[in-house]
Order: sequence, then structure tokens, then C-alpha cells
Amino acid sequence: MNNKLIDLQHISKSYDGSIILDDLSLYIRENEFLTLLGPSGCGKTTTLRILGGFESPDQGRVIFGGEDITKLPPNKRQLNTVFQKYALFTHMTIAENIAFGLKIKNKSKAYIDDKIKYALKLVNLDGYGNRMPDSLSGGQQQRIAIARAIVNEPKVLLLDEPLGALDLKLRQDMQYELIRLKNELGITFIYVTHDQEEALTMSDTIVVMNQGYIQQIGTPERIYNEPENAFVADFIGDSNIIDSIMLHDELVEILGAKFACVDKGFGNNKPVDVVIRPEDVELREPGKGSMEGVVTHLIFKGVHYEMEVMANGFEWLVHSTAMFPVGTKVSIHVDPYNIQIMNKPVSEDEEAVAINE
Amino acid sequence: MNKKWLATPYLFWAVAFIVIPLLMVVYYGMTDKTGAFTWENVIAITSPEHVKALMLSLLLSLISTIICLLLAYPLAMILVAKHASKTSFIVMLFILPMWMNFLLRTLAWQTLLEKNGVLNGILSFLHLPALNLINTPGAIILGMVYNFLPFMVLPIYNVLAKIDINVINAARDLGANGIQTFLKITLPLSFPGIASGITMVFVPALTTFVISTLLGGSKILLIGNVIEQEFTTASNWHLGSGLSLVLMIFVLLSMVISSFFDKDGEGAAL
Ligand SMILES: Nc1ncnc2c1ncn2[C@@H]1O[C@H](COP(=O)(O)OP(=O)(O)OP(=O)(O)O)[C@@H](O)[C@H]1O
Ligand SMILES: [Mg+2]
Repeated sequence: MNNKLIDLQHISKSYDGSIILDDLSLYIRENEFLTLLGPSGCGKTTTLRILGGFESPDQGRVIFGGEDITKLPPNKRQLNTVFQKYALFTHMTIAENIAFGLKIKNKSKAYIDDKIKYALKLVNLDGYGNRMPDSLSGGQQQRIAIARAIVNEPKVLLLDEPLGALDLKLRQDMQYELIRLKNELGITFIYVTHDQEEALTMSDTIVVMNQGYIQQIGTPERIYNEPENAFVADFIGDSNIIDSIMLHDELVEILGAKFACVDKGFGNNKPVDVVIRPEDVELREPGKGSMEGVVTHLIFKGVHYEMEVMANGFEWLVHSTAMFPVGTKVSIHVDPYNIQIMNKPVSEDEEAVAINE
Repeated sequence: MNKKWLATPYLFWAVAFIVIPLLMVVYYGMTDKTGAFTWENVIAITSPEHVKALMLSLLLSLISTIICLLLAYPLAMILVAKHASKTSFIVMLFILPMWMNFLLRTLAWQTLLEKNGVLNGILSFLHLPALNLINTPGAIILGMVYNFLPFMVLPIYNVLAKIDINVINAARDLGANGIQTFLKITLPLSFPGIASGITMVFVPALTTFVISTLLGGSKILLIGNVIEQEFTTASNWHLGSGLSLVLMIFVLLSMVISSFFDKDGEGAAL
């Protein structure tokens, strides 16, 4: 998993004067499941379109297996796309849809028939070959779109929010299906979604994007546990983001109270942002934590209770399996390794992010 | 809710101007001067001069339809590919003549093509030999193409505009080059528009008598002219109606074929 299969180098793209992608660099390793994650309009589809060859960047290069393919038309690229809205050929049967790429490549009829059968089985739609796309449900059409792409045995599969139109249950089923497919076929997936849960569940690597900039690249665990800036922290799951002061190494002052932490090298008395995940906020009996507060809201969420605790002028978001009724006096404790320290935004880009929230 | 009564005015209109005239054509076509039933007027189509006129009509409208298709398809593709705002000049170029009276437009071509008309004037100014343009089948085809081209462009434009760009992209993605994508995706998906465009050009071209009168002179008789003359100069309504019924069969035939390709009425443009 160490070869750089695809290398996007300093890609820029603007439409009608507005910048969509700004000097974006990113590499994808062989066999990786890489997810582009970000809010609507942040440039995910545009990035994918540049990879697929449907759009050419204003600046920068696309390297595929060491070769510059920036100017190569889509039909000459060794990758296939599953489009955001399926894009099946409505005038052809399911079997003809799946066979399309193979017929173009002049494969034998026997080979094509085998492949159709295999692909339909793979996506659990055995026996649908003679149906027309219009007669299938959204989820089934989506699976056909995937089958149509994978029979060509691409090195890389680009998937643009392939599960966006499906309901929750089907989406979860399909997530497992896709992971199974990927392991079975051993191909590289570049996946686009704006659903952070989906990204965390499925990916080897997540690329968090906002307004055409990459905010952070990392494993799901890293992105979740150690967000590099307030945008990532806010976008990935719920979190408490608090203005704080780093007193010195391993000690931070949050809302006037001192908390031990594990971060070093931020300097002394330095303003920072602190991120604490709601499930990492521990509620104790009054006097037994670092900060006193009172529960102001309580909602049952199924797996846990969601509570809001007012303490030192800040509304803390807390997830806990233990229930504390509204009005309960509590004390807040956070383990040192659950406190994530982030530098205050300095660059213009990060400033833009902060304003945007 | 019952809103059927809203259709009442239309129903009156349809009965008064479609059903009654149609019944009258059938009545006249199936009777002789004494009012007795006869097939004679319909069978009259087999007389040599009628066959000749019908064949010529079929041939000229077929050629015009093909020329319209060949001109309209690329044009519709260009219109779809560019944003309409950028091509509004081209659109205007095609729409503008449609605002003029049909007769006026055709008369304009008569003036242009005449022996001492504008075109030959330019040619003689350039010391080139004059051309015999007017009163030829070519002039009639020109008039048909000119008048009916928009009816081919619009339905084709309509279906092309509805094709999702990602369907085209998907074909390219799966390895098809530009030509393969056109032949396997764009063209089949636009069949409904082509079919309805063909009917919308072929039917009026087959039945026209104005274009052939103005641009074909009295020498070239199309079936439309023959029928018109039966009604006007010859005052033989029975024969005129009988021949009309035959022509109607051809019109219906072309519409049936068209609706076979355009099952969902997708190409219905106007
Ligand atoms: N062809 C185009 N012409 C002009 N602007 C475009 C074009 N394509 C995309 N954009 C703009 O580029 C920006 C990024 O679009 P993109 O489709 O990449 O977003 P996205 O991250 O995929 O969003 P979503 O999650 O909504 O699909 C948007 O503001 C969009 O309006
Ligand atoms: Mg998108």
C-alpha cells in the first residue's frame, strides 16, 4: 500500500472567476480506500471530474502510475467512475449497460456473458439482466452503475456520493457491500461523500476539504481524535471547541480552570483552541472534577444520553451512558489525552474557515 | 374534482373545425355528383397524372425531410452544447423568419430566385451566366427546407437538451470515443425527437401546394396542387376529396411510424 498510484500536483480550477480548487496536492496509494469529505460545494466532484478526465485543471498535473495524464481523454484512462446520479443508459437493458465497456474493447461474447453474470452476482442482482434501468429501484440502479464500472477491471474506481440517494438502512448495507467488493477486487477506491459517518466507517484515508482547500489528510482515527483545526473538529462529529490558553507544556487553562494535557511545544501563555469530544467529557459528583456546572438539557439518543452542561459560562456538550437529570449539579473531568490542542488560525485560509462557521 | 367542463370550448372548436370538415371530406370523397356511393374518386389516384404528382410529392418531401434532418441535427447539437444565451444570435436567426407570414416568406424566395430576380441580378453584375432557378424541383425543395427546418430543429433540440451530461460522460468513461458515444448513446436517445421532427416536416411538405405554386410555377404539379385545382378551378369537390383521402392515408402512415419511435411523446416540441 505504499506506491503512489495517483498524484495530484498543485491543481487549481476556477469557474467564471470564482476559485473552486486552489493549489490542491494529494496522492493516492495503490489499494487504498480514500475518501474526499467536505460540505456541499467544496469541490469534491470537481476533483473527481479532473481525475476522470471530464474537466481539465487550469493549473497543475495529474500523474497516474508515473505518467502525466492531465491531457488524456476519459476513454484512455485506466479508471472508471460511478456517477452521483447513476447515469445508466436508459435505452439499454441492464445486461447491455454492463456490457457497454467490454463491447467497446471488443471482448468475445462468451467473455462478456461471463462477466455480466459475475457482476450481477457480485452486486446481488442475479437475473436482472433483461430488465430496463427504469424498472429498478434507486438502490438497484446504483448497484448496476457499480457493476457496469467494475467489469472493466479498472485500477481505480471513482465513486461520487454513490449512496447519497439511498435510505439509511440500504445505505448501511451498501457500505458493507462496497467494502466487501473492494476487498474482493483489490482495486483502489476514491470515494466522495459529505457524510462524515460514512467516511469514518469505510475509509483507509480521509481527506477533509473546505472551499477548495484540503484541511486535513489522515486515517479516520486521526481525523476524529486529532483534528488539526476547528473546521475539521466541527465537521467530523460533535465537539466542544473552546478558546483556551496554553500555560506551558502539558497544562492548559480552559475557561479559567486548569487541565492537564499531553501536548507540548505550543509555548507559554499562548492562546489556542481546545477540542473535546462530547463522549470524552466525564461528569462526576460536585467537587470531584476540574470545573463545577449544572445540567441544562437532556435528550435520550438510543445508544447514549446527550446532555448540555453549563459551566464557567460555556455550554458543554456531553454524551454519556449515565443519565443526569436537568438541574443536577455536576463536576466536569477530562482525561489529559482526550484534550486536543490546536493552534489558533493564522493563515488567511484558516481564517476564512473560521469565519465560515 | 370535475373540471371536464373546461374542455367544452375546445370540444366545440374541435367539432366545428375538425370533425365536421373531416366528415364532409369523407362524404364528398365517397360519393359522385348525384350523391350515390362510389370508390371512383379514391381509385382516381391510379390515373397516370395523379400517380406522377403523388410520386413527385413523396420524392420532394422525402428529399426535403432528409436535408432538414442533416441540417437540423448538428445545429441542435451546437445549440445544446453552448449555453443558449451565447447562441441566442443563432436562435434568433432561425426564429425570426417564423414571425413572418408563411406566404410572405415564400414570396420573398420567389423574388430572389426569379429570372430577373435578386440572385440573377447579382450574377449578371459579376458577369456570370444567369441561372435557371425558379420553377425547378430544386426551388421547391429549397422552399420546403427553408420553411420547415425549425420544425425539425426544435424537437431534436428538445430531446438532446434532456440527455444528462453524465450519461455521455459515463460512455466516455467506459472507453467509448466521441464517435462511438454519439452512435451508441446520443443518437439512439434522440430517436424520439428525430421521429417527431420527421413527421413535422414530412407531413406539411407532402401536402403543400403554396410552395409548389410560388416556386414551382405551373409546370410542376404536386399532389397538393392537383387537389387544390380540383377544389378551385375544376370545382370537382368529389374528386378533390377522394384524392385527399388517399393523401391522408400517407399522412397517417408516417404518423404511426413516428409514434412508434416516440412512444412517450418526448419529441413533442410545440
Ligand atoms: N461547470 C461548472 N460551472 C460553474 N461552476 C461550477 C461548475 N461545476 C461546479 N461548479 C461550482 O464549483 C463548486 C464546487 O462544485 P463541486 O460539484 O465540486 O462541489 P461538491 O463538493 O461535489 O458538492 P456536492 O456535495 O454538493 O456535490 C460549486 O460552487 C459549484 O457551483
Ligand atoms: Mg458533488
